[in-house]
Amino acid sequence: MSDAATPEGTPKKKKSTLFKEPRSAMPEQDPQERIKNFREVPFGYTPELARREAERCIQCKKPHCIDGCPVAIDIPRFIRQIHEGDFDAAVKTIKETNVLPAICGRVCPQEEQCEKVCNLADSKKYQPVAIGRLERFAADWEAARGKIEPPTCAAPTGKKVAVVGAGPAGLTVAVDLARRGHKVVVMEALHKAGGVLVYGIPEFRLPKVIVGREVDTLAKMGVELRTNVVVGKSIPVDDLLQEYDAVFIGTGAGLPYFMGIPGENLNGIYSANEYLTRVNLMRAYNFPTDDTPVCRGRKVAVVGGGNVAMDSARTALRMGADEVHLLYRRTRTEMPARIEEVHHAEEEGVRFQFLTAPLKYVGDKENRVCGAHCQRFELGEPDASGRRRPVPIKGDEFDIELDMAVCAIGNGPNPLVPNAQPDIKTRRGGNIVAEKGTCRTSKKGVFAGGDIVLGAATVILAMGAGRNAAQAIDDYLKTGEWPELGELEVK
Amino acid sequence: MPMMNELLEKETLAPKVTRYVVRAPDVARFRQAGQFVIVRIAEDGERIPLTIADADREQGTVTLVVQEVGKTTAAMTRLEVGKPILDVVGPLGAPTHIEKLDYVLGVGGGIGIAPLHPICQAFRAAGTHVEAILGARNKDLLILEDWMRRACDQVHVCTDDGSYGEKGFVTHVLERLIGERKPDLVVAIGPLIMMKMVAKVTQPHGLKTMVSLNPVMVDGTGMCGGCRVSVGGKTRFVCVDGPEFDAHQVDYDELLSRQRFYLEQEKQAYQRYVEAVGHGPEECRIRGGQQS
Ligand SMILES: Cc1cc2nc3c(=O)[nH]c(=O)nc-3n(C[C@H](O)[C@H](O)[C@H](O)COP(=O)(O)OP(=O)(O)OC[C@H]3O[C@@H](n4cnc5c(N)ncnc54)[C@H](O)[C@@H]3O)c2cc1C
Ligand code: SF4
Ligand code: FES
Repeated sequence: MSDAATPEGTPKKKKSTLFKEPRSAMPEQDPQERIKNFREVPFGYTPELARREAERCIQCKKPHCIDGCPVAIDIPRFIRQIHEGDFDAAVKTIKETNVLPAICGRVCPQEEQCEKVCNLADSKKYQPVAIGRLERFAADWEAARGKIEPPTCAAPTGKKVAVVGAGPAGLTVAVDLARRGHKVVVMEALHKAGGVLVYGIPEFRLPKVIVGREVDTLAKMGVELRTNVVVGKSIPVDDLLQEYDAVFIGTGAGLPYFMGIPGENLNGIYSANEYLTRVNLMRAYNFPTDDTPVCRGRKVAVVGGGNVAMDSARTALRMGADEVHLLYRRTRTEMPARIEEVHHAEEEGVRFQFLTAPLKYVGDKENRVCGAHCQRFELGEPDASGRRRPVPIKGDEFDIELDMAVCAIGNGPNPLVPNAQPDIKTRRGGNIVAEKGTCRTSKKGVFAGGDIVLGAATVILAMGAGRNAAQAIDDYLKTGEWPELGELEVK
Repeated sequence: MPMMNELLEKETLAPKVTRYVVRAPDVARFRQAGQFVIVRIAEDGERIPLTIADADREQGTVTLVVQEVGKTTAAMTRLEVGKPILDVVGPLGAPTHIEKLDYVLGVGGGIGIAPLHPICQAFRAAGTHVEAILGARNKDLLILEDWMRRACDQVHVCTDDGSYGEKGFVTHVLERLIGERKPDLVVAIGPLIMMKMVAKVTQPHGLKTMVSLNPVMVDGTGMCGGCRVSVGGKTRFVCVDGPEFDAHQVDYDELLSRQRFYLEQEKQAYQRYVEAVGHGPEECRIRGGQQS
């Protein structure tokens, strides 16, 4: 495409037709190779690939992608900047609204958000711009050059805010409040900050150095991080309110659900939280160099169809399983996991068994799981969530052999804080009640956001809540006003 | 500012049983009887639950009594006084429900005497008549007798081999004592087998009995479900719903098997540790799970 000149000789940029081409793939580790290691699967775009993909963006007058983004990144602008080769400017643009781009570029369900509504995808003829991959490229490019600039902070205001939980919601609130000159102390129950990003999402999908980098940025901004503090146990929320001008609760959806079927407490059956925590946070893949052990199943069943299930299944492969079966009650179309993860899991050899769920587990003499009795389903009418309800097919039951199972059917809100502090109201199901747009709760001075309010949702929604909360906290610190709650956030 | 989690004292109470005093002002301030902490001593270390044997609010210290049963508990004995312990989280778990009763009978076996101590203390402070049965395999292994004598109105000691106190198991003494006077509540803490036996003894008498369970844990905050047990046919998480449960409802066999699940790995880690530090124990006394 070198001849950019018109016949008359006036140099005029030729309109790119690249948008008609498929989106650029990201180079990645070979499936057979990568199931033997925990290194990240995709290598990310090279500058050339990134600029090519950026060129596919047609710079719409009405860019729907921005509406599709929960934090409204100026997507066409940063893509244009990448296309122009000004990667620094691209990072700046993204960071105006998203403080964790290296993370979001990797874990956001873009196909449900910006890329879903990209006008190219809308045309049905073309593939959407690979916005997530470009976001990731820009963030990685900045990091690789070792000059991540922490946002500048306003002069100290003398106000102090306690942030409970160091997941994406808490980290975002902390950054945004520190920017505004408030003193922030983040309290985290575990020994490491990051929430699900460090204990749940595996290294091969989100390298821990990336999360570590974001946490370091926080420290550079003067945010104090206190690990090993379980608010509600180590210190009550009421005591925090004595010492701090406001409190943000971002304690997440860390309560694993089990199916409640016979045999579920047999040895070798894990909640996804436990399995992933042992392997990721406690590095059980390094046992015995690291102390924490984990069962290395040869024939593993993972129950569920979301990101958590994909992460568990792919982790089990890397821990040496010969066979990993994913049991899901519905079909591929209803699976809530990111498409890319489903695709990766399939490439790596995870065997999908749709319309299937265990009815009970069977154990051996030592109380170790050795099999499951399963039920087959068909799809019926849509339920409240709009997905077609699985209906058991009478008599269609079968047995499978296994020596490990992971239950990844979902998580409930972490009940620790609301239990300890009943004047923070919860909805049925235990999620904290919070006002839409401000994250204010029923208790004056206390805000809440992320999974603890939304139920198990996404990183970007947790961050979005964090942004809103920081704004509302800033307002509250100025006015001290706490009007009746308006419209509430619903799950 | 005083060092957080500083190890202030370390004392051997019995073979392979050590008492640690740690500076942890927040834990000391908020802990109540029945609660525990989670400890991690190295970057590559595991998280283990340890019950709080005592605490001093003014000094901001907590006392842990730990039996060497695996790599981490063995490595703890080599921690230096004056240095911090990497992570100490707590107080965790639901506190014991303390009220004024007429008569509470504690049953402590082996290392279980340590967590029993604050519970007896608290009931007595509430105005309850408290007695305790302390059991150990032999005289050398009996711990904290003097503490318990201070915490209770009366203490009954027995050893398996008769080297001190009455000869026999705690259950024998228990049968006799409840024959004499029925307690309002029996609190039993010790090896699972002991707790199971105590439950068997008290059930026919219709005596309310609590046990404190010690499954394998990871986070200790209700996040993983690794600590789950069946109580009355329902799955409960020991770290948040417990550690105390109705002794007559617990599925001990299930818990026992869950405690032993990582036995092989624990042995391997312990062996590796022993080779690395270059001193061999005469016998490898690893048991399933982490004993508090
Ligand atoms: C395995 C897995 C994979 C996922 N994959 C994706 C994905 O690909 N894309 C995506 O968008 N989303 C994904 N999610 C969901 C996403 O991670 C969550 O929606 C998001 O992390 C929620 O953020 P949060 O800040 O609200 O809570 P969390 O990340 O859960 O953080 C809460 C933090 O609070 C701490 N805490 C809890 N109680 C207390 C207390 N009492 N005191 C102090 N600290 C406390 C917890 O230890 C934790 O660190 C995944 C989730 C899991 C489990
Ligand atoms: S909708 Fe798609 S093509 Fe249009 S500006 Fe956004 S990313 Fe570019
Ligand atoms: S130790 Fe994880 S839930 Fe209890």
